Amino acid sequence: MFYREAGQFKTSYKADQAIFTITQDKFFVGAFLVIAFGVVPFFIDDYWANAILIHVLVYALAGLGLNILTGYCGQVSLGTGGFMAVGAYASYKLTTSFPEMNFIIVLLLSGGVTACVGMFFGLPSLRIKGFYLAVATLAAQFFLVWLFNKVGWFFNYSPTGMIVSPPREVFGFLITGPEASPAVRYLFCLSVVTVFALAAKNIVRGRIGRSWMAIRDMDIAAELIGIRPLEAKLSAFAVSSFYVGVAGALYFNVWLGSAEPTEAFDIFQSFFVLFIVIIGGLGSILGSFLGAAFMVLVPITLKTIMVDGMGFAVGAAKHVEVMLLGALIIFFLIVEPHGLARLWQILKEKLRRWPFPY
Amino acid sequence: MRLKLLTKALAVAAVAMPLTTAVADAAELTIPGTIYRTGPYAPNGIPWANGIADYYAMLNERDGGIEGTKINYVECETAYNTKQGVECYENTKGIGSGALVYQPMSTGITYQLIPKATEDKIPVFSMGYGRTSAANGKVFPYVFNMPATYWDQASVFVKYAGEKEGGMDKLKGKKIALVYHNSAYGKEPIRTLEELSKKHGFELMLLAVDHPGQEQKATWLQIRRERPDWVFMWGWGVMNQVAIKEASSIRYPMDHFIGVWWSGSENDVTPAGEDAHGYLSATFHASGDNFRAHDDIKKFVYDKGKGHGDRDRIGEVLYNRGIVAAMWTSEAIRNAMRIHNTKNPTGEQVRDGFESLNVDAKRLAVLGLEGFTYPLQVTCENHTGPGKVALQQWDAKKGEWSLVTDFYSSDRDVIDKLIAEDSMAYAKENNITPRTCN
Repeated sequence: MFYREAGQFKTSYKADQAIFTITQDKFFVGAFLVIAFGVVPFFIDDYWANAILIHVLVYALAGLGLNILTGYCGQVSLGTGGFMAVGAYASYKLTTSFPEMNFIIVLLLSGGVTACVGMFFGLPSLRIKGFYLAVATLAAQFFLVWLFNKVGWFFNYSPTGMIVSPPREVFGFLITGPEASPAVRYLFCLSVVTVFALAAKNIVRGRIGRSWMAIRDMDIAAELIGIRPLEAKLSAFAVSSFYVGVAGALYFNVWLGSAEPTEAFDIFQSFFVLFIVIIGGLGSILGSFLGAAFMVLVPITLKTIMVDGMGFAVGAAKHVEVMLLGALIIFFLIVEPHGLARLWQILKEKLRRWPFPY
Repeated sequence: MRLKLLTKALAVAAVAMPLTTAVADAAELTIPGTIYRTGPYAPNGIPWANGIADYYAMLNERDGGIEGTKINYVECETAYNTKQGVECYENTKGIGSGALVYQPMSTGITYQLIPKATEDKIPVFSMGYGRTSAANGKVFPYVFNMPATYWDQASVFVKYAGEKEGGMDKLKGKKIALVYHNSAYGKEPIRTLEELSKKHGFELMLLAVDHPGQEQKATWLQIRRERPDWVFMWGWGVMNQVAIKEASSIRYPMDHFIGVWWSGSENDVTPAGEDAHGYLSATFHASGDNFRAHDDIKKFVYDKGKGHGDRDRIGEVLYNRGIVAAMWTSEAIRNAMRIHNTKNPTGEQVRDGFESLNVDAKRLAVLGLEGFTYPLQVTCENHTGPGKVALQQWDAKKGEWSLVTDFYSSDRDVIDKLIAEDSMAYAKENNITPRTCN
C-alpha cells in the first residue's frame, strides 16, 4: 500500500540501473536531503551540531570507509582509529604549513596521504587473511598512535603533544575554530558526506566494487575469473583509507577542534567504527549511516531519558546506559544478524506487501 | 509488524529525546559539573565530585545559595572522555540563564573548552590542571588555572630535591626520572623540567606510562636499573596506585618519590599498605575534616540525608580539593555579584569576579576554612595567582597526610619565560590579539 510499484515501468537501461529504482524511494531520499540541507540549518544550535549531527556525520563517513574495506572487500581492519589519526595529522600539518591552502584541498590531500598509508598497511592482506589480517591492522593502529605521540614534528613540537585546529575558511565562511557557526560546519560536513556517499554507492556498483565483492565472497574463484587480488585488495585499502582519512580530518578540524593522539584515536575508535559497520550492516551504504546514528544517538538518548526524564544520579545512569547499550546491540544482532540496514530492507518488503505482509 | 512499531518508536525517541533538556528557574546560579563517577579514573573522580557537590549543597542549605540566590549545580557524567565532555558542555551551557563557570576536571576536556567557552563568554576554572600557559590572562581572558600550575610544581619538586641534596648546585650530575601519564596532562611538565635540567645540570629521564597505567613493570625495571636519585610522577587514577606499589616492590626510597597533586590522595597510597610510608606529593590545601566548613557540611547536608558520598570519607585529600574548588568558584561568583551589583550574574560578569578574586586569610576564616589553603589573589594579567606549592608526606601507620614543607614559590625566571613563549605561540596560531590589562 505504501510502496505500490504497480505502473512503474523501466523503459531504458539507464532507468534500470538508477540508484533508486522505485519512485517512492526517490521521493523519500529527495525529501530527506531537502530537509537536511534546506531546513535543518535554520534550526540548528550548538548542541545539535556538536553533540549530535556533526558527530553522526563524521562517524557515518568513517563507517562508510570501513564498510568499503570490511563489508565490500571482506578485509577485517582494526586500524581505523590509526587511519583517522593519519587524516587528522595530515590535515593539521598541511593547514599549519600552508595556511592559505583551501580547506577542501587540505581535506582531499589528507585523504590521499591516508590512502597511501592504508595501502602500505594493506600489503600484508595479500598473504594473510581473516583474523590474522585483523591483528596486522591492529599493529597499524598502535604504531600510528605511538608515532604521532612520539615524534614532535607531527604536532609542531607543542609542549603537550596536543594539536589544535586553526581557524580556516571555505568560500568566505569560517568552518573550523570556535567562531565557526554550527550551521556552516554542519552544512560543510553534510556536503562532504553526501558527495562521498554518492561516490561510494557508485564505486561499489561498478567494476571495482564488483571485483571487491568477488574477492570477499571467494578469493580463489575471483582469481580464476581474472580478478587480480593485488589490485582489488589494495584499491579497497586505498579507497577505504581515503574515506577514513577524510573522516579523521573532519573529526579533528570541524568537530573536536583539538585532539591528543592517545585519547582521540585510541583503539576504542577502531572498535567503535567496527561496531557501526556491524550493527549498521556489512556491505551496505545505508548501514553506515544507520549504524553511526545508532551508536551515537542511543547513549545520548538513554542518558537524556534517565537523567533529565527520570532523575537518575548521573553516575548510576552511566552504568545503566553502558549495560543497556550492550543489551540493545545484542538484541538487534539477534533479531537481525545482518544489521539495521537489513532490518530496514525487511521492513520495506513488508510495506510493499501491506496490508498482507508475510 | 511488531518490528516496524519498534523501529518507529525508537526513531521517534531518538529524535525527540535530546530536546527535553531540563528548564530551570531563571533566578538560579547554574554551575555545571563535568564529573566522572565511572570509567578508569572514577576512584579519583568520585571524592573530588562529592566535595564540590557537598559544598554547593551546604551553601544552599545554610545560606540559601550565594548572597541569597540558589545554586543549581548540574552534574554531567564524562567518564574522563573528551567527546562526552563536549556533549556535556553543549548540553549544560544553556541551562537557566546560562552556565556561569565550568570546571572540566580533565586536561583533555579543558583543551576542548578553552576556545569554545571563550567564544561563549563562560569562564573555565581549571584548578591546578589544564593548559599551563593559560596563566597569561591577556591571551586567555576566560581561562583560570590558579592557584598553581604543573610547571610551578615541577620547579618546586626540583627545588625540594636540591634542598635535600644540600643546595641547588649539588643537583649537578644527579639523575631525576619523570614517570608520566602519556597524554597532554602528563607531558605538561616536560618542557619545564628540560629547562631546569639545563639550568641546574641534572640528568632527566622520561618514562611514559600509557593510559590507563595498569602496566608499569617495564618502567620500574628501568628505574631499578638506572637508579635515579629522584622520581617525579604525573599520574592519575589507577596509574598512581600501580606506580606506588611497583616502587615499593623495587624498594625505591619513598621519600625520594614525589607525585603531582593528582597523585597524592588516600586512594593512591593505601593499596601499597605500609610500604607507601614516606611517599611525597604536592598539595595546596590541607587534608582532614577538622574545619568548620566540614562541620557545616555534616550538619546541613549529611544530617539531612542529602550527602553525595560516604560520611566517613569527608576530609580525604580529593574531597577537600573539591571543597577548595567550589569555595573559590562561589567566592568568584559572590565577587561578581558585588562588582556588578546583581543577584543574577552572567558568565561574563563571573569572569570579572574571577579576575579580581582576592580570598585572603581573613576571608578564609569567615568561610570556616582557616588555614585550609593559602591566600589567593588573581589579576587580569596573571590567572594563576601565587603559584605556591607545598609537599605533604604519607604516614602509613597513622593513615594520614601531613604537610612537611612550607609553601614554596616556583622558579619564576624559568616559568614566566615559558608561559609567555607558549601563550604567544597559541595567540599567533589562532589569530588572537592579546588584550591590554589597564
